[in-house]
Amino acid sequence: MIIKEISNLLDCTVLCCEEHLGSDVHTACGSDMMSDVLAYVKDQAVLLTGLLNPQVVRTAEMMDIICIVFVRGKIPDQTVIGLAEEKGIVILSTKARMYEACGILYESGLRGGANV
Amino acid sequence: MSIVQKYAISGDDFSRAGEASSAIKNKLKQMGFSPEVIRNVSIAAYEGEINAVIHANGGEITVTVEPEAISIVISDTGGGIPDIGLAMQEGYTTASDNIRALGFGAGMGLPNMKKYADEFDIQSEVGKGTVITMKIYAKR
Ligand SMILES: Nc1ncnc2c1ncn2[C@@H]1O[C@H](COP(=O)(O)OP(=O)(O)OP(=O)(O)O)[C@@H](O)[C@H]1O
Ligand SMILES: [Mg+2]
Repeated sequence: MIIKEISNLLDCTVLCCEEHLGSDVHTACGSDMMSDVLAYVKDQAVLLTGLLNPQVVRTAEMMDIICIVFVRGKIPDQTVIGLAEEKGIVILSTKARMYEACGILYESGLRGGANV
Repeated sequence: MSIVQKYAISGDDFSRAGEASSAIKNKLKQMGFSPEVIRNVSIAAYEGEINAVIHANGGEITVTVEPEAISIVISDTGGGIPDIGLAMQEGYTTASDNIRALGFGAGMGLPNMKKYADEFDIQSEVGKGTVITMKIYAKR
């Protein structure tokens, strides 16, 4: 799935790095705890979170995550967006809640990549 | 040939935590290490950097880059860890609700560091501080 499809499925606002909307995404993970995210490395992943601080972008940077989706209509402040821009990480914001957002993406074929 | 770099970790600005790890990541990218090796170093360094900020009021990271391996030493002069065995368990944390609201305090940082490093050592003394030494092999 490309990032553009995620954006369409979740009716997102694109906050930065629009030029990367054509990039391919293979897996997704949703969490507000960054060390939980840091435990599961997957290639070309998207992160869904309700957390708004710069550490979300830092976490994505360390893990080579290429897209962050902020749920519940949250918009991070300009320093967070600026940091993502610098790192080439696409930032999306959706009105959907975490559970719904993950469910919609899962149903559309984007899986978590972890062995349950 | 080896390159040694030192980075200070500021203890009073959580929003800047991760800058040292980010600088390390950029440096390793320029040097042409594989993405997997760089990611393992970045995550291990970042978890250590965050711990130094939230549990020890800052510290220092020293990175030594050699062709066959990257070593990371994270040291602080914070309160130390009374029971290292306990601290190494997944899910064990002493983080406050404030820290959890910032997205940390899952008790996963030390286990993650151990997982991503090929060699891992932790020394800590209550009242003196903590030193974590990690090595990641450059599988090129
Ligand atoms: N540098 C340190 N100085 C003092 N105590 C530490 C230090 N690093 C870790 N600890 C102690 O060990 C515990 C476990 O650390 P760990 O990194 O595994 O989890 P955490 O930091 O609490 O949460 P997370 O890493 O998931 O955000 C911490 O809660 C803290 O009590
Ligand atoms: Mg930690």
